[in-house]
Amino acid sequence: MAFVSSGYNPEKPMENRITDIGPRKFDEFYPPVIKNNKGKWLYHEILEPGVLVHVSESGDEVYTVRAGGCRLMSVSHIREVCEIADKHCDGYLRFTTRNNIEFMVDSKDKVKPLVDDLMSRKQDGGCYKFPVGGTGAGISNIVHTQGWIHCHTPATDASGTVKATMDVLFDDFRSMRLPAHLRVSMACCLNMCGAVHCSDIAILGYHRKPPMLDHEYLDKMCEIPLAIAACPTAAIKPAKVKLDNGKEVKSVAVKNERCMFCGNCYTMCPAMPLADDVGDGIVLMAGGKVSNRISAPKFSKVVVAFIPNEMPRWPKMTDTITRMVEAYAKDANKYERLGEWAERIGWERFFEKCELEFTHHLIDDFRDPAYFTWRQTSQFKF
Amino acid sequence: MAKHETPLLDQLETGPWPSFVTDIKREAESRAKNENNVDFQIPADVCEDLLGVLELSFKHGRTHWKHGGIVGVFGYGGGVIGRYCDQPEAFPSVAHFHTVRVAQPAGKYYTADYLKKICDLWERRGSGITNMHGSTGDIIFIGTTTPQLEEIFYELTHNLNQDLGGSGSNLRTPADCIGASRCEYACYDTQALCHDLTVEYQDELHRPAFPYKFKFKFDGCPNCCVASIARSDLSFIGTWKDDIRIDQEAVKAYIGGELKPNGGAHAGRDWGAFDIQKEVVGLCPTGCMRYEDGKLEVNTPECTRCMHCINVMPRALRIGNDRGCSIFAGAKAPILDGAQMGTLIVPFMKVEAPYEEIKEKVIEPIWDWWMEEGKNRERLGELMKRQGLQKLLEMTGLDPDPRMVQEPRSNPYIFWKEDEVEGGWERDVNEYRKHHQR
Repeated sequence: MAFVSSGYNPEKPMENRITDIGPRKFDEFYPPVIKNNKGKWLYHEILEPGVLVHVSESGDEVYTVRAGGCRLMSVSHIREVCEIADKHCDGYLRFTTRNNIEFMVDSKDKVKPLVDDLMSRKQDGGCYKFPVGGTGAGISNIVHTQGWIHCHTPATDASGTVKATMDVLFDDFRSMRLPAHLRVSMACCLNMCGAVHCSDIAILGYHRKPPMLDHEYLDKMCEIPLAIAACPTAAIKPAKVKLDNGKEVKSVAVKNERCMFCGNCYTMCPAMPLADDVGDGIVLMAGGKVSNRISAPKFSKVVVAFIPNEMPRWPKMTDTITRMVEAYAKDANKYERLGEWAERIGWERFFEKCELEFTHHLIDDFRDPAYFTWRQTSQFKF
Repeated sequence: MAKHETPLLDQLETGPWPSFVTDIKREAESRAKNENNVDFQIPADVCEDLLGVLELSFKHGRTHWKHGGIVGVFGYGGGVIGRYCDQPEAFPSVAHFHTVRVAQPAGKYYTADYLKKICDLWERRGSGITNMHGSTGDIIFIGTTTPQLEEIFYELTHNLNQDLGGSGSNLRTPADCIGASRCEYACYDTQALCHDLTVEYQDELHRPAFPYKFKFKFDGCPNCCVASIARSDLSFIGTWKDDIRIDQEAVKAYIGGELKPNGGAHAGRDWGAFDIQKEVVGLCPTGCMRYEDGKLEVNTPECTRCMHCINVMPRALRIGNDRGCSIFAGAKAPILDGAQMGTLIVPFMKVEAPYEEIKEKVIEPIWDWWMEEGKNRERLGELMKRQGLQKLLEMTGLDPDPRMVQEPRSNPYIFWKEDEVEGGWERDVNEYRKHHQR
């Protein structure tokens, strides 16, 4: 493994340096049918699950075939994506916000060979490589975070929970039987770099134990003021601690009952780890949306306070999600999003229909907004 | 024979959905065979150690990654995130395993040729494992060593005309929806605005000078496919002011069943015949529509442009012609004071290159205020909460508008300013006492 220089000279880092050029300009990558018809599209139609046609005022059509992808993707897999794009789409493709791959062709006769090709490609264990679907009143791909593959604060895995969930929701990725589209999102800790807080169903990793304190090393590994400042609830204060060997060291003390388990202190100070095999697990949230359609965008609400991590397939979590999807599919009106359905029937009815237990953890007690979530009317359902 | 046994991960190699485990194994095998004689610059068995450490996490129920120290490329304060394994002896090939964020093109359109070059670079100088894409929008390279960072940056900029994305307390890589490139609902060119602002604010993107992260996202219409209103400090949502364009013949075709409602989105179930009264007129949130005598009418001043009727009948109804965007400020995920949705601060603004009004009347005054007043790690939305929406209006010079609130305040505790009250606050108590005994 000999080092191969790119041309970069560490002695003269500024020599020939190129900076601040930004991303490639989008129109370099437009397929011709997109370039020619941008801003001229008249309407679209979903021909079958995963296949859309957009029709331009010029008469041109673009057919889009949407295939699900793991957002975690190897270069071998991407090269196969490229091979498909070269074979069917003149070398063009795009990705969606929800980690789907979109292959576009400019005539209808090119659609079936493309779909057949995508659906014929399978991994060694029999999983589809490029399942076609994710359109209309169904379930699209899950947006998610890193989890145990590459993050330091996750309370669960992301790719694993997503694989387990998409396996059970697969039929709804491939069909459009639901009252409206249903968006599932996953974030592996409450910092939510995946911003799952406005999803129809959100899977959230959650820690339940405050950080452990590695007193002997804390002052050596961390800037104590930064660790203190990192705490959003001001639960951490400086402390002098006597070690077993009698030595007194500078460290911190944590007011455990104020800890909200975010792990921000651990980000600043590796001597404050909080991950735990039984403390950590899953929170399920439901009823959020970002669209302004009919009703305003809404936050997801916590509907299950805790489900243990059950590797490798999280069966209790996937069972609970399936139950919510089925109750919604059965009971909601056409066009009604999951949160709109819950609000119409009342959350008391939502818990009943989804067979979810309502525990005290689900009553908001975090700061001012909590008060506005308590019921202040005599109108409720028995 | 795999380097590490992975009995738990192996159970994720069945079922219909693509398996990331099989995919990583495929990459491991490809690196082991190395049929193209790639001169790997990080260990060839990196993917096997990645699977090994992930299997250990599945066994322990805990992550084995540590947050890295400061790593990056010269002159930039973001774009690279340090990452180290906490079991380096067991998994030496992923002991140092940093993330590189690569700025994605607006709209996430690619050519296969470009992606192949990205793959070649990342196979040689990294793990060959990516995210397509990260939550914010970047192409994410997962896993390389510190000596490779400058080399990757050099090759990206010199050979691929491609820069890094944002991380840390700076402008994060902006992201947009598909917009006018392939959507009839787009009220402005999201890709053009996204790219222009990304290029204009490269300094803010690469060199952290903000109190915390800052995100721009661009949705072409109120359907909000990139969720800008939920997750960006400044959210640009396309809208229009004039009439929805109606094709009455196409309306009849929907009623007659020749056209499928909602672009065929509900084709998987028999919902019965399309009922325009129930499905469109009756669901309109403002009641601004009526269908009588074979004619659909929209009372435009009452319409709040929720998109429902247009979504249901895309061939009959089209967005208006007087288009622009609404701008929302302060959205963020729940840490700390709970999640915040974006608040409307500009009901309507034209979106026309070179976007001077957006930059000079909105973005830059907001940044000036936030950089002056924002505390360390305080998002714009939290500053708005702490100092008030009025303060944002004062600092930007934007005029207050009833559209900016759901309802007026229900308490009368108005913090009048001295200059708003006739005669000011300085008064002579002795003059007062001439008329009012002690």
